[in-house]
This record gives sequence, structure tokens and C-alpha cells, in this order.
Amino acid sequence: MSRSLLEIQDLTVDFHTPEGVGRAVDHVSFSLEKGETLGLVGESGCGKSITSLSILGLVPSPPGEITGRVLFEGRDLLKTHREEIRAVRGQDISMIFQEPMTSLNPVLTIGRQVAEPLVVHKHMSMEEARKEALQWLEHVKIPAAARRLDDYPHQLSGGMRQRVMIAMAMVCRPKLLIADEPTTALDVTIQSQILSLMLKLKEELGMSVLLITHDLGVVAQMARRVVVMYAGQVVEEASVTDLFDNPLHPYTQGLLRSIPGAGGKPAVGKKRLNEIPGTVPPITESIRGCTFAPRCARSFGACREKTPHLLTVGSGHRVRCRLFEKTSGGELK
Amino acid sequence: MSPEEILSIENLVKHFPLGGGLFSKPRAWVKAVDGVSFQVRKGEAFGLVGESGCGKTTLGQMIIRLIDPTSGSIRFQGKEIGSLSRQEMHPFRRKLQIIFQDPYSSLNPRMKVEAIVTEPLQAQGGMDRARRRRAAAEIIQKVGLREIDLLKYPHEFSGGQRQRIGIARALCVRPELIVADEPVSALDVSIQAQVINLLDDLKEDFDLSYVFISHDIGVVEHICDRIAVMYLGRIVEAAPASKLTLASRHPYTQALLAAVPKPDPHNRVRPFAMEGDVPNPIDPPAGCAFHPRCPHALGVCREKRPTGVTVDADHQVACWLNEGRGLESAV
Repeated sequence: MSRSLLEIQDLTVDFHTPEGVGRAVDHVSFSLEKGETLGLVGESGCGKSITSLSILGLVPSPPGEITGRVLFEGRDLLKTHREEIRAVRGQDISMIFQEPMTSLNPVLTIGRQVAEPLVVHKHMSMEEARKEALQWLEHVKIPAAARRLDDYPHQLSGGMRQRVMIAMAMVCRPKLLIADEPTTALDVTIQSQILSLMLKLKEELGMSVLLITHDLGVVAQMARRVVVMYAGQVVEEASVTDLFDNPLHPYTQGLLRSIPGAGGKPAVGKKRLNEIPGTVPPITESIRGCTFAPRCARSFGACREKTPHLLTVGSGHRVRCRLFEKTSGGELK
Repeated sequence: MSPEEILSIENLVKHFPLGGGLFSKPRAWVKAVDGVSFQVRKGEAFGLVGESGCGKTTLGQMIIRLIDPTSGSIRFQGKEIGSLSRQEMHPFRRKLQIIFQDPYSSLNPRMKVEAIVTEPLQAQGGMDRARRRRAAAEIIQKVGLREIDLLKYPHEFSGGQRQRIGIARALCVRPELIVADEPVSALDVSIQAQVINLLDDLKEDFDLSYVFISHDIGVVEHICDRIAVMYLGRIVEAAPASKLTLASRHPYTQALLAAVPKPDPHNRVRPFAMEGDVPNPIDPPAGCAFHPRCPHALGVCREKRPTGVTVDADHQVACWLNEGRGLESAV
């Protein structure tokens, strides 16, 4: 698997808390090819953000304890020295966050913030860097960018701030962009502007994107492959078409059925939404067997005893569910 | 006003002053709600959709008189309540309740669930503690929690469960109209479905009417009978839910619908990019407030504000293109 740009193997993140050890990420493995968009999907607390933060060494340790391997172009970032990781961050891998309000520095002008990665990584002078920053601000369609260069973040709207974040992430032409809920805080019409901008830039730069989101609509529109996480584990992985046409894990099925019809469908004879009963277990709670079993309508005795393995059930389709484990007769249940 | 109407809003306006002090005039006015009219029938779920800053929350809070309208009329069950004093409003409080968006900040962390749920009953008076407790026990089971949960504090519950507590608090006084302000926006998809189903069930069980406020047109379409779309303090289109989503006539409604990413990887559309941001409500554009972002804007759109046009008996739209019925559905 030397083709992969990013390969995560057995990543586990434990947090030591007063309530005990919480396993936020539990033996997560997946890989990301060059030029690919991978969707990482799950609800709050499923470990998707912690997974992405640990790629760049942004999980504070302690209290976090990280094991496993994060191979970026074959190099294990978890074993790389802090100084060397700084050289990777913002240059080869950059990240955009959910909250454009809190992730920009309020006391620096946006021109300065967009130029900074160029000064740090490309050793440009501030003047040169500002010129290039201006080009990027124009590229992400900030109106009257030349005048905006000396504005502070509070003078911009939410959508504009997210554009600034994207410009900042792009200036060094990264190979991998990690986008953690990039449009969740935005209105739908602004969301669609930002998504189309991301698609355009991805094609231009040929970069890979790790798109973390809870929104299945966004994933369906943007990703090529999808990894679904629940309670710190990967429960299903498939190509985006496979996942939506033929979801295998009861959790994935439940998620897909619980989306209220988003337009286009006639609302005749309104049906009840399919709901998944119960709630996500707290990470400090240790669950015997399958973590989803307490909420699963199809669980049976064996589900509560042993953690199911992540099984390969088709080309590129993996699922962690006992329903698909071979019985002694060699047949799928 | 026909007897089946429970709420009738007429030309409601709320302008917030900006700047100014004790002795000086305000610098400007934020026109949060700028002439809104609609009716809600008994037993109906009426949806208000729009993006942040369109005035939907201000409108909802005016309906239950959490904030005072600048002008206009709010008639509830045929009685004008828009200009009632605090004291005169008191008997209506029981009938009008609200559910808030954020299940974390809308429950007092120092109060036990029982105190939270029974507080409206206490405010209404006329019930002793034992009876209030029985009422709370009954209502908490209706929203899917257990009686024992009344003894806990809010922090012991998850987001979805807290939202259920907020719903129980609103239901406790047996209201007739509930304003639900983004009640599921802070929740995960699977929990969101639980709460939507609960609201659907309670509507039948308690014979409720809803004013359901949300930015999510998919959620509103699912739960509501009629929907009004707001933009910059005004309603731009109102129609029955299925008509609005299938045969919308206003370019903004169409843009909103097109902007929702469809959960269907076979039907990939380049995300529809409507240019520009929502304009500043302090200084809204002349003419139709939507014209700077509208792909179909005409000359008249820049000059004159469109009046509401009735497309069908139950379908109104405020757009110049529709005066001449120019814009067909589905762009």
C-alpha cells in the first residue's frame, strides 16, 4: 500500500480523566489515496475530530495518550519530532476548522494571517507573502480583496471568515487538506458557496481531502469513499455509492433513514422518521461486545459478548457487525 | 378572523435601535422584522424558514411576547395580545409556550428537573406542590423520560434528553400554541429524528398548534403543514409544505432548496452557488431586498418593493417576476 498518501493504522487515543480512562479513538485504520476525498462521518463524540487532530499531533498529551501509526507519505508522524511536524503542518497538510470565528486570530489582520504560512514555510519576505496572500483572497472570492487585506476577522461575515481560513490553508499548496466540519456553522446558501469553492480548489491543486462531517448530504455530494465511525470505532467503510445504495451496518442504515426528506420528494402521507433509540454511550463507559448493540434492533446474544471484527464483505466495503460474520457453515447470516 | 384560526399576525414590525444613549437619538435602526403577516390554524404546524438574521427568532419571541413589537397586531384566539401589559398578558402565558434551541443554556443547571418542569405551573398558581409533582410525573413520561429523572439535575442528561425536558416544561401547563425555535438544530441526526417524532406525537395527543422555526427546510417540510420563507425581516413566500418544496415561485426559496446537499451520491450537482451574503438589515437594499443576489432580477426589482401576489388560494409570493407570472417553478 505504498500508493496511499495517508495511512492510519490502529490509531488509539485514550484520555485520562477523573472519571476514568476514556477511549476516544479505538483502533482506527483507514487510508487516503492521492487526489481522493474521504468522508469521515459520525455523530458528536464518535471520535472523528480527535482522529483528525491526532494526524497533526494536535491532541494534547497528557491527558491524551496516542498509540498506533499515522503514515504520511510513508513517514510515521507520531514518531516524528515536534519541530519536524511543524514543517509539515500548514505546508504539506493543512486544516480548516468548524468555527471560523474562533480559529482566526482576532488581533491580526487577515492579510497577515494568510501571508504567515508563506513566511514560515517558503521563507518569503512579508511583502512578497502579502502579494501572494492577496491573490489567494481574490481566488477564494473575497470581494474587494485588496481593501480587505488590512481588515480584522471581526469585520467579516461568517462565510467570508471561512473563505479566509481556506485561503490560509491553501497558500502553501498542501498535499492533504483536513476539513473538520467546514460548513457546519454556516447558512445553507453560504455552505454551498464554500463547498463549490473547495471542489474547485481540490481539482486545481490535485490535493487529497479528509472531510469530517456529520452531514450525510455533504458527504454524498463531496466524497469518493466514506468511513463511518461510532463510539470511537470504524463501523463501516465503503465507496460513497455503495454506502448509500447498500448500507450494511445497522447504525449506518439507521442514520440514513433518519434524514428528513430534504426537498424534491413529495410529502404525501408524511411518515414517521426512522429513529435510532437511545443515546451514544459516554466514552468512559466500557461496553462489552459491540458498542452499538444496546441501541441496535437486530442485536442478538453474541453481540453483547465479543467485539465484532471489521470484516471485508465486498470490494472496498468493510463492516464491523456480527450479522456478517461467517457462521460455522461458512455462510453469511 | 375565522374561528379555526388560533393565531393571526398582521403587519408585525420590530425595529431595534442601534447606538444612541439616554439623551441621544439612535444612530440607526435594525429592521429585524419588517411587516410580517400570517395566520396559523388550530391544529396546524406552521413553519418559518430562513437563514441567520432573517428575523425568524425575533418574530417567534414577539408572538409569545418575550419582546414587544414596534407596531402591528398579534391576535391569539381572536384577542389582540400585541399591546397587552405584563399583567394583562398573564392569563395568556399558559396558552402560549416556547421551546428553545439550545438544550444546554435554556435549563437552569442548579434546578432539579422537577423544579424546571413545574416552574410554569407555579407561576400560574392555583396548584399545590403535590399536584404539581403529579403533573410533572405524568408529563415527563409523555416526553419519554422516567419519573425518577425528576430528581436529577440537567447535567446528568444528554442533549436529546435535555430537549425533552424543555418540551416537558412547555407542555406542563397544557398550552394551545407552542413556538418551537430551532428545537432540533443542536442535536445529532439520530437524536433529531427522535425529537421530531416526539413533537409529531405530542401535537396529536395534546391538540397543539405549532409555530416551528428552523433554518433546515428538510426538517420543516417534514413536520409542518404550511411554510413561510423569510428573508431580511419579511416573508417572501408562503405555501403548503409540499407545494413550497415542489413548486416554489420565489428565486430565494428555490435557491434555499437547491443549496441543501442531497443525500444521494448518484445525483451530484455542482453545489449551487448563489453569489453574495445576506445584506445588512440596518441598510437593506432598495426595492426587493433579495435583488443583489437574485439571478433573475429586473429593473423594477431595484426600485420598488414587491407586493405579495397570490399564486393560488394558499400560495403567496412577494416577487416582481410573479406579478406577470414570469418565473416558472424549478429553475
